[in-house]
Amino acid sequence: MRESRWWILSLSAAALMVVLLTLHMGLMHLSGLMKVLGVDPGDVRSFAAVMERGRSLAQMVFYLLFLGAALYHGLYGLRSVLLEVTPPRGQGVLSGLVLAAGLLAFAYGAYVTVRTFTG
Amino acid sequence: MAEAARRVQSGPPKRIGVRGWVYAGRYGLDRYLYILQRASGLGLILYLFLHIYETGIRLRGEAAWSATMALFRTPVFVVFEFILFAGFVFHALNGLRLIFAELGWLLGPPTRPVYPYRTSIRRHRPWVYALMVLTGLFVALAAWDIFVLLD
Repeated sequence: MRESRWWILSLSAAALMVVLLTLHMGLMHLSGLMKVLGVDPGDVRSFAAVMERGRSLAQMVFYLLFLGAALYHGLYGLRSVLLEVTPPRGQGVLSGLVLAAGLLAFAYGAYVTVRTFTG
Repeated sequence: MAEAARRVQSGPPKRIGVRGWVYAGRYGLDRYLYILQRASGLGLILYLFLHIYETGIRLRGEAAWSATMALFRTPVFVVFEFILFAGFVFHALNGLRLIFAELGWLLGPPTRPVYPYRTSIRRHRPWVYALMVLTGLFVALAAWDIFVLLD
């Protein structure tokens, strides 16, 4: 795939992330504010709440999408920064390393998500 | 002669090197926003790896999870949480602005180059100010939530 297409994919992942991450950050980090607005999400970080959310199919799909988009967008950006200081000979190796890190992180994150879903 | 040929082959000398990532000299506001976009992005991707590891702790059982959450409620981590939130808000809003600019939106229609020239960057500037106000507002709300409401 041409570099411009990877770039468009990164922009698309960013647009998706704005929606997913806003929901995630609002729920997980601004629960006090949500209470003020009349929505009481409870203790969202308690073990029971985390496991209960994890057993929902919608949540599992949400987290897998979120994980993939976040890793792709983030690592594409990191690769772009590192390419600036990498000589042309090492650029293929750098891309391979970044891809490997992304796949490993996605595999672990997906494993945790699916294990929580299946109980 | 040989020196001139070498300079043509290797391009101009990189006078400030990696320092150029954080030093924008007399470039405009957009260049500093670009530096902040990079810095916040690098911080967020570093955090993402820690976050993936941290979410996996739930598989070790309730005790391990609760101990980790108790650690995250200590003042140092609460400050980190606020910095993370501020970084996310800035990166997301500035990123949306950049996507719009990339697609040619919010730049105004093309105009004839009549003096005094008005560049697309200048036409776009009100959106930059709007972004800063919105970022400040969301960061202030986050500070209120993290440091006051959940105290």
